Amino acid sequence: MRVELVDIHKHYGAVKANDGVSLTVAAGELHGILGENGAGKSTLMKILAGFTARTSGSVRVDGKPVDYRTTAEAAGLGVGMLYQDPLDFPQLPVLDNFILGQAGTIALDRRAFKTRFLELADSFHFRLNPESPASSLTVGERQQVELLRLLALGVQLLILDEPTTGISATQKEVLYAALRRLAAEGKSVLLVSHKLEDVEALCDRVTVLRLGRVAGEMAQPFDTEQLLRMMFGAPPHPPMRCAQPAGDEVLALDRVSSPGGRSGLVDCSVAVRRGEVVGLAGLEGSGQEVFLRVAAGLKPLQAGSVRLSGQSLSENDYHAFNRRGVYFVPSARLEEGLIPELTITEHAALLQERRTLRVPYPAAAEDAGRRIESFRIKGRPRTPVEELSGGNQQRLLLSFLPPDPALLLLENPTRGLDLESVNWVWRHLHSYCRRGTAIVFSSPELDEILMVADRVLVFFNGRIILDAAAAATDVQKLGSAIAGKV
Amino acid sequence: MASDDPAVHPIIRPPVRDVLLTAVAVLVFTSLLLIVSGAPPLDAYYHLFQGSLGSWVKFAHVVKVWIPLTLCACGLLFTFRIGLWNIGVEGQVMMGSVFTTWALRAGSDSPDMGAVFIAISLAAAALGGAIWAAIAGFLKTKGGVNEIFAGLGLNFVAQGIVLWLIFGPWKQPGVASMSGTETFPAALWLNAPALLRIPPVALVLVAAALAATGLILHTTWIGLDLKAVGRNPGAAFLYGLKPSRLMVLAMLFAGGFAGLAGNLQVTGVYHRLIPAISSNYGYLALLVVMLANYNIWLVAPVALFFACLNVGSIQLPMMLQLDSSLGGVIQGALVLATLGMHGWRQARSTQAEGRAAPGSA
Repeated sequence: MRVELVDIHKHYGAVKANDGVSLTVAAGELHGILGENGAGKSTLMKILAGFTARTSGSVRVDGKPVDYRTTAEAAGLGVGMLYQDPLDFPQLPVLDNFILGQAGTIALDRRAFKTRFLELADSFHFRLNPESPASSLTVGERQQVELLRLLALGVQLLILDEPTTGISATQKEVLYAALRRLAAEGKSVLLVSHKLEDVEALCDRVTVLRLGRVAGEMAQPFDTEQLLRMMFGAPPHPPMRCAQPAGDEVLALDRVSSPGGRSGLVDCSVAVRRGEVVGLAGLEGSGQEVFLRVAAGLKPLQAGSVRLSGQSLSENDYHAFNRRGVYFVPSARLEEGLIPELTITEHAALLQERRTLRVPYPAAAEDAGRRIESFRIKGRPRTPVEELSGGNQQRLLLSFLPPDPALLLLENPTRGLDLESVNWVWRHLHSYCRRGTAIVFSSPELDEILMVADRVLVFFNGRIILDAAAAATDVQKLGSAIAGKV
Repeated sequence: MASDDPAVHPIIRPPVRDVLLTAVAVLVFTSLLLIVSGAPPLDAYYHLFQGSLGSWVKFAHVVKVWIPLTLCACGLLFTFRIGLWNIGVEGQVMMGSVFTTWALRAGSDSPDMGAVFIAISLAAAALGGAIWAAIAGFLKTKGGVNEIFAGLGLNFVAQGIVLWLIFGPWKQPGVASMSGTETFPAALWLNAPALLRIPPVALVLVAAALAATGLILHTTWIGLDLKAVGRNPGAAFLYGLKPSRLMVLAMLFAGGFAGLAGNLQVTGVYHRLIPAISSNYGYLALLVVMLANYNIWLVAPVALFFACLNVGSIQLPMMLQLDSSLGGVIQGALVLATLGMHGWRQARSTQAEGRAAPGSA
């Protein structure tokens, strides 16, 4: 199937997310879409998938203009999208997630679907148990289920939005192999990513978007330098380590166990010092998430104790931890960190001191304006936070941190951000650690951890399996620790 | 509230066309219904109009319905803002009436102290409604009981208490009757001047309630906090707010206003406790707030319109041998049509403008 996008415009008020984008995907082509955050990649793909309506422009399939308004209609034409956050039903078994949306007779023949599912899964070397609940799967496995479902629906053009975010290296290989096979069968694949390596490893052709327009196209073999120039205008600099001499103990966990996630946290003892930057590595759900929440006072302990600056805290109470300078920034910005429908000003107001009965909105608006300016957020004080792009939401969350916290707990602080934004975020965070703040963060990117952290903790099955100085380890060592081998 | 106030963020400002469309749809629906039941629609609408706005006496009746409706609606704005469905508002009105009756009974022997006891009864009513609401609030925050079920259950309990009091401890001397408790001496009534026919105190109370609700929700910390928790309790907690406490606070406001409505039903309308003292105004107020789209400015006019329908439809059985439930049918159809219109408009704007992209854009 050959798909053409012609002069696509998408305007949100004055913001032009797509400003005249044209793009052709040939049958059997693995086509990459590169671009930094806010370049308009996701918007373009959502238009193609029927999730979002375009302002103007046209879509042609095999030369014929088509018009559709819903994802179902798009699926009818053979266009399917795998979203960045899998859209599935966590409580339902894998098989039910697979069956949902597939045409069938009134009487549901589960057995036939199960056979079909197992055949499909097997042919792609996906190891999935059709009866286990979707909530027990990793992001990578949920992605595989969704991929199988789209294929069973007869998808001819498959769109993947940042599919390698949050999945393991092995799952990535399996995914790539599956995508190559689909292309060999004549299906088209559109891979949206901000990671050059993904696109370079997989795609035949790449289109680079920048500020809502096409910045350039290139076919294999790719010239990395030129691609970076198309993405950013100029190649960005890698961030540096902070390397602050470690001071007094800020956070100490003593034989802490706590349930949650896939493995919980088991018998964990560790201390973090002033000015230290600690990266948490491990497969998703290996205990990093629980560690951060226990350290923030957001989760009850099953056993053990938590000390802040030498004082042990009996109760898990985030507000009490907060008063001692502990701040937690969750990974899901709009779901956990920001309040939809509230403007930036209203968020700023929530952080103001409560001296009067009335909310000092003028002062809050001024404060919001200052944060917007110094954190280079693309938005206005009156912008509701859900209208900001992911990168800008992250900047906003960081702008809310106080000037001198004792301990910052950051869950995947650069999730979904492009390289330039990642650098910006870390330059900002390192300025904290120079002032003596301890930073503990989780990230699925080992390169990022090695580049910005002083120390790495690797989690496996809820335990810290490796505790090493970043300078004394490398990707291979970390990779095998993540897999459980030290 | 000026529109450039950042706190004011109405969910929709319905364009006039959509409102007209809704009105026409409801009119067509009710007309069809009237034709089917064999009544000429125009006559029915005429009698509805005549019955509510035809004379000052009738309009005074409308205002007496409008007052408790608006009070309940003010309270519900607090609970809706934090995302709670305070269906228990009906029971909160009843408990307001019960506490009022209790306070006035204490004062029925000292008629020269009428004003004092009425003032006490107002405070008692607010307290009674608030207690009843707080029970549902604590069941929600401490016991994990959905506020809809808690509220519904408490409504039945409140109705039971009202009936038990009327037929038991507070029964009229000699006979217990469905007509309610013994009528209070006139000194314990809220005075209504003969020409006005509406107690000025009640009008002042409603005006104060509307102003206070608007100010609290749109300018104070309480308003911002309720909104923040309503939209995302988890994130609001990270900003230092206490969602459970704020939920109970919202319930206290709702119950307090509902209790005042219950008080006015006793002191201003019936002058005794009757079994149907709440007259379903609590449930009706839920519809008022939804139709007003949770907007303080629209609450008073929408409540007035509902009051007109309620009072006007009393005429229908006499004039057209129609059941007076027509008023209720129109109210229900209006709310459903408006909610449908709202949903349709949202779906359309989602299609047109797309969704804010989670993750990267």
